[in-house]
Amino acid sequence: MFPFNFEWIWDAGHMLFMGGLWYALSILGLGLTYCILKAAYDSSKGHGASHH
Amino acid sequence: MDSALIPKGVKRCPTWQFLLWIGAVSVVLLWGVLAMVLVYFKGLNQTNMNNAYGFALWIWADLGIIALGGGAFFTGFLRYIVGKDELKNIVNFAVLVGFYCYVSALMILGFDIGQPLRGWFIFWHANVHSMLTEVAFCLTAYLGVLTIEYVPMILENRQIDKVPFFHNLSHNMHEIMAVFAATGAFLSFFHQGSLGGVPGVMFGRPFGFREGIFVWPWTFFLFTWSAAACGPCFTILITKITETAARKKLVKDNVIELLAKISGWMLAAYITAKIIDTIYWATVTAPSKGFTFLDFYTNNPGSWYGLWILIAEIGLCGIVPAAILITDKGRKNQATLWLAVILAVVGVCLNRWVMILQVLAIPVLTFETWALYWPSWQEIATTLLPVALGTIAISISYRYLPIFPQELELNPPESPVAEAAEVEPEAEGAPVEEGPVGEPEPAEA
Repeated sequence: MFPFNFEWIWDAGHMLFMGGLWYALSILGLGLTYCILKAAYDSSKGHGASHH
Repeated sequence: MDSALIPKGVKRCPTWQFLLWIGAVSVVLLWGVLAMVLVYFKGLNQTNMNNAYGFALWIWADLGIIALGGGAFFTGFLRYIVGKDELKNIVNFAVLVGFYCYVSALMILGFDIGQPLRGWFIFWHANVHSMLTEVAFCLTAYLGVLTIEYVPMILENRQIDKVPFFHNLSHNMHEIMAVFAATGAFLSFFHQGSLGGVPGVMFGRPFGFREGIFVWPWTFFLFTWSAAACGPCFTILITKITETAARKKLVKDNVIELLAKISGWMLAAYITAKIIDTIYWATVTAPSKGFTFLDFYTNNPGSWYGLWILIAEIGLCGIVPAAILITDKGRKNQATLWLAVILAVVGVCLNRWVMILQVLAIPVLTFETWALYWPSWQEIATTLLPVALGTIAISISYRYLPIFPQELELNPPESPVAEAAEVEPEAEGAPVEEGPVGEPEPAEA
């Protein structure tokens, strides 16, 4: 799963397979982080009193 | 008692009635929990799996549930990527159904791996040449996507929404939902496909083996296609069941009909590809491995695997629902719509059964006979456990969350103004709560 795992090899299979996984996880992680930080910022500005 | 938690303006059954329903389903849940405890403490000897059946009822249930949960990714894809705006009225429910399908699938996998404490090995020490590793990765990551899609619905609960941070978080998640939906479609394409790839690459099992493109056998594409076609049918089916149980209309007909139409054309295209695949496999692939087509369906006393299963899968549960759903008349008639979505759901489950169980039943060596399998009660109970869990979770979600955006419009609150509006032609199909108890809403043509 990580380059520091003993069975890791820098071949096309590992790069494609793990690249796809980390690409997807990064999008989810960054998206979620953005939503949480923006929600905290908006709340601090007093937004969110009315329904969207 | 819990009226403060129920979405504003909508009507729900009394608390005692709701608890009675949850209690009844909980009996099945507890039966499953008992079997789960036995499996976890005593091991896989509680099952009827053996050397012939390393894959059994659980794997079939997994593949079936995952295919049916495909309604979430495909409806999300249509709504957020293709831009079918009408589907915003059913996408929440599709996500809800999909979420519990995937929770169920992972729960069953947790039983099946035998030693759950080592479940993380598949991630940490990944075998990048295994289709099942790809399935494990995409399945887990996609459950994350579904969780992200489900959370805003929970945050929209009447009480939770009062907290500004949660209100803003829900709003922000909706704003970038297209990004999550696109990631979900990417992950779903690969794990649905890889599940099909598993029987397709087994060259030692000529019933499942297929040729294909690069590392992907044709079954890879057929599984993804069938999930995209039949998943929305399952969403429609559960919507219809919910409407019947609630005795009111929750989604407008034009929304259901649009999803049914897309699903019908997907199913028609899939079943055409499946027929071509079957003919090529029967006339070229299987003979090249030393088998005739009928070897897979005859001379198997004591088993169920006759030619009927192929006719049922492709004809009755493939061509018939596709033919109904692609016609305007078929979609608009409630009886044929019900029939079509049920057949499509049964069809995809039958396909998964065939590609898992029949593959293993067929002898591949001259001294072998047909291997028969009947699941133990523990396997059946643990398979029903997530079904009961999903039923309870969907019931709770329906009661407390604004899952159906059109519910209020279709069922205006009882008031003199609303009653007057009921006589207007555009208010047709609204006042179902007032019908006699136990009588479903009349079908609308």
